[in-house]
Amino acid sequence: MSDETTTGLSHRKLLIWVFLGSDCMFFASLIGTYLIYKGSGVLHPGPADVFDIPTTSVSTFVLLMSSMSMVFAYAYLVRDDIKAFRIWMFSTIIMGSTFLGFQVFEFSEFYFHDDLSPQTNLFGTTFYALTGTHGLHVTIGVIWLGIIFYSSLFRNTVTSKTNLDLDLAALYWHFVDIVWIVIFAVVYLFGTFTGFPSS
Amino acid sequence: MSVEIKNQSNHIDESHSHPKPMTYFKVAMALVILTALEILVFYFDWLGYGIIPVLAFLSIAKFAIVVMYYMHLKFDSKLFTYVFMSGLILATVVILWLMALFGWFV
Amino acid sequence: MTTIPFKLPLNIKLYRPVSPTGVWGWLTTVDHKKIGVLYGVTAFIMFLTGGIEAMLIRTQLIAPELKIIAPEVYNQLFTMHATTMIFLAIMPLSAAFFNFIIPLQIGARDVAFPRLNAFSYWAFLAGALIMKSSWFLGGSPNAGWFGYAPITTATFNPGNGIDFWIIGLQVLGVASLAASFNFIVTIINLRAPGMTMMRLPLFTWMTFITAILLILAFPVITVALIELMLDRTFDFNFFNTKAGANPILWQHLFWIFGHPEVYILILPAMGIVSEVLPTFSRKPIFGYPAMVLAASFIAFMGWLVWSHHMFTTGLGPIANSVFTLTTMLIAIPTGVKMFNWLGTMWGGDIDFKTPTLFAVGFMSMFLIGGISGVMHSFSASDYQQQDTYFIVAHIHYVLFGGSIFGIFAGIYYWFPKITGRMYDEKLGKLNFWIMFIGQNLTFFPMHWVGMQGMPRRIFTYDSGMGWAFWNGFETIAAYAIAFGVLIFVINMIKSWTGGKKAGDDPWDGRTLEWSIPSPPPVYNFRDIPIVKSLDDFWHTKQKSSNSNTKVKSKTKVSDIHLPQPSYWPLLVAVGLTIAGFGIIYNLVFTGIGIGIMLITVCAWSFEPVNEPDSH
Repeated sequence: MSDETTTGLSHRKLLIWVFLGSDCMFFASLIGTYLIYKGSGVLHPGPADVFDIPTTSVSTFVLLMSSMSMVFAYAYLVRDDIKAFRIWMFSTIIMGSTFLGFQVFEFSEFYFHDDLSPQTNLFGTTFYALTGTHGLHVTIGVIWLGIIFYSSLFRNTVTSKTNLDLDLAALYWHFVDIVWIVIFAVVYLFGTFTGFPSS
Repeated sequence: MSVEIKNQSNHIDESHSHPKPMTYFKVAMALVILTALEILVFYFDWLGYGIIPVLAFLSIAKFAIVVMYYMHLKFDSKLFTYVFMSGLILATVVILWLMALFGWFV
Repeated sequence: MTTIPFKLPLNIKLYRPVSPTGVWGWLTTVDHKKIGVLYGVTAFIMFLTGGIEAMLIRTQLIAPELKIIAPEVYNQLFTMHATTMIFLAIMPLSAAFFNFIIPLQIGARDVAFPRLNAFSYWAFLAGALIMKSSWFLGGSPNAGWFGYAPITTATFNPGNGIDFWIIGLQVLGVASLAASFNFIVTIINLRAPGMTMMRLPLFTWMTFITAILLILAFPVITVALIELMLDRTFDFNFFNTKAGANPILWQHLFWIFGHPEVYILILPAMGIVSEVLPTFSRKPIFGYPAMVLAASFIAFMGWLVWSHHMFTTGLGPIANSVFTLTTMLIAIPTGVKMFNWLGTMWGGDIDFKTPTLFAVGFMSMFLIGGISGVMHSFSASDYQQQDTYFIVAHIHYVLFGGSIFGIFAGIYYWFPKITGRMYDEKLGKLNFWIMFIGQNLTFFPMHWVGMQGMPRRIFTYDSGMGWAFWNGFETIAAYAIAFGVLIFVINMIKSWTGGKKAGDDPWDGRTLEWSIPSPPPVYNFRDIPIVKSLDDFWHTKQKSSNSNTKVKSKTKVSDIHLPQPSYWPLLVAVGLTIAGFGIIYNLVFTGIGIGIMLITVCAWSFEPVNEPDSH
């Protein structure tokens, strides 16, 4: 057997895409639960009572920019510009961590200031479960990128030849980003829009 | 000859016809503008239920841009697109149907 | 033992084992054939435990108003019986065939991710042990295999039984997902040259479709189980009706998963039958493209029918009508498959060996189960049949007469390939007839008592209901099935240890696995075959039957490099088990388990994959 696979595509890249397709069902089930329970049970504190759209807009912006930073890191790695790769990699990790920081801040704000805990009502339950699961995905992504960054800094094992290692992590990272695009629109913006006729 | 060895050979289907960093930057700017639009329309109370198609359009556009350019589905093998889209479409259809059963669209 | 050293971050030095032997060899194996055998043996032991649970259930029901088994234990028995048979027996028995047969059928030396494959097995074993350990740790789950919330929430179901069920299923889900990702990539990407998708053997096709269904269905149940776990462990409100939760939500999420799941259970068996029938009819499969399309259509439609499990929850006439129609539609592709099997046998030179008998048994039993299925696909008549023994009869016709018969056909069919020895044909036929008659005598009368209104999941019944005779009859017949399985076990042990040598190709097979020695060497194919048509091996044999000269192999065995063994898959699964038990008992252990998993996954990814000499 040579290096060729049947389709000419790498096993691992195919694996990550199959995984992402499957993860769509995972997040769809969580978002579905959130939407089905929207507006049931004890209504306050609800989305409009706790969300601060400007703050979340900033963290959304940070996560979007981390995706840009990620593609830069990848583009420079492919060109074997290791120094630029490291800079963009570092900035991606920092932005990912900043997003997580925002989420911790937001959660503690809701919890201590707005008296919204997962036990309070259905909104609390579904909101914390959905965004918490997303946060967990981001955390895994940060750890993953962190290990690659560490390998580059101290072991010098990350080069254009091993760009697939970074490609897989990057695909995962962008996926986490697009899930947030959906969550931001559905949970935050749609959830607190004040223009609906009945409300 | 081991199966895993070839997993490590990373040169397959890479580094051809990928966009330049400048393209990535333009894409990022498009994403920023779309996000800004989302936040802007959020304050247009007069849109009423019209907010739903507007938000849906804007977030689907962002979603599609990231998937096509940053996840380079536009440049990669169509197989990846099929694999990912089948999961995505099925997820959307099933969840919309489930919401319909819970009386969302009546 | 030789090892290859490698370094982790922080300069931790570790070693990768090279060709260990004995127990250590099994614990670190990444060979798909060994993993397949491990899957098969473990799953069969689980099948026996599920069978013991079934026998206890039937014994309690042998006569009215018996008190052999307490109602609480009876609830645990039927829950564990179904959970065991579905998740610990049928699915992993199918997985055993996926592992052993798929790489051989597509002409590959292993699966795409051998270590991930080993991890799938160890995670499956972990899930099985978590689930079964509940019997010894304060009681098993007792809410049915579907675990309807809110009856499974902490308010209504205190104790640890449901927690074992949640954690066990989660771990099994991880195992199944990992295996399915692996098989999808393997089937797409490791086919031998010339093996196009439309030249794949049908068993491989069915595996492919099953794996796709699985990776899309399991995330849904995973979310539902996480929600239930959060409810039970951290007082979330997902299924807390006091907080306004909807008691139907769980049912929806469960059946969105649950209906594709039934196709996950039956499609591999259909694949096996589609291999057995052409071989023993000595004819190519009839309507190959139609078979592939029908299975794809079944898999797709499987997503659009889930609420037919919930007709009586009051979805309203529109939803009930839509789901009635979509459900009835599925009968069409299933009928296509049935006619194609008949077409395959029609005019064939049929050799009624044990695998053929089981395959034909599968067809007839699955047909009956399918017809009763169409009966309650109609929502109006389902109102009469819901939660009665009629449904019990239906599922046992499709899952026992269907899936299990198909799997038994597969075991007999591939036994010579897996072990290199022939099973005992007389015992095999005896096994079939006892199981076949036992199955019909046990489950057919359930249609009648079901129509008379006997509800399922009751631990006993009143003597005045008129169900006594048939229940006693069913129990005796069920013992006959157990006797049939005993004969099977004797046959397997006897033949594996002392059966006569089978030879490479005892059935005059059609697919690539029969072109290599039995049992296959570690590297499977000395030369990777080049495939020119469907059933290529059979056509090659036809052409070269007169010349009878074997082409000399160009590949030296010592040149074939195989994936090295690894102990990380096992250790990750150990971390997963500790984390799982932690959620049931003490979250500190969950933290420890996750820590172990992080470290072991890290070590796994840094493990060298090159041969020692290629450094």
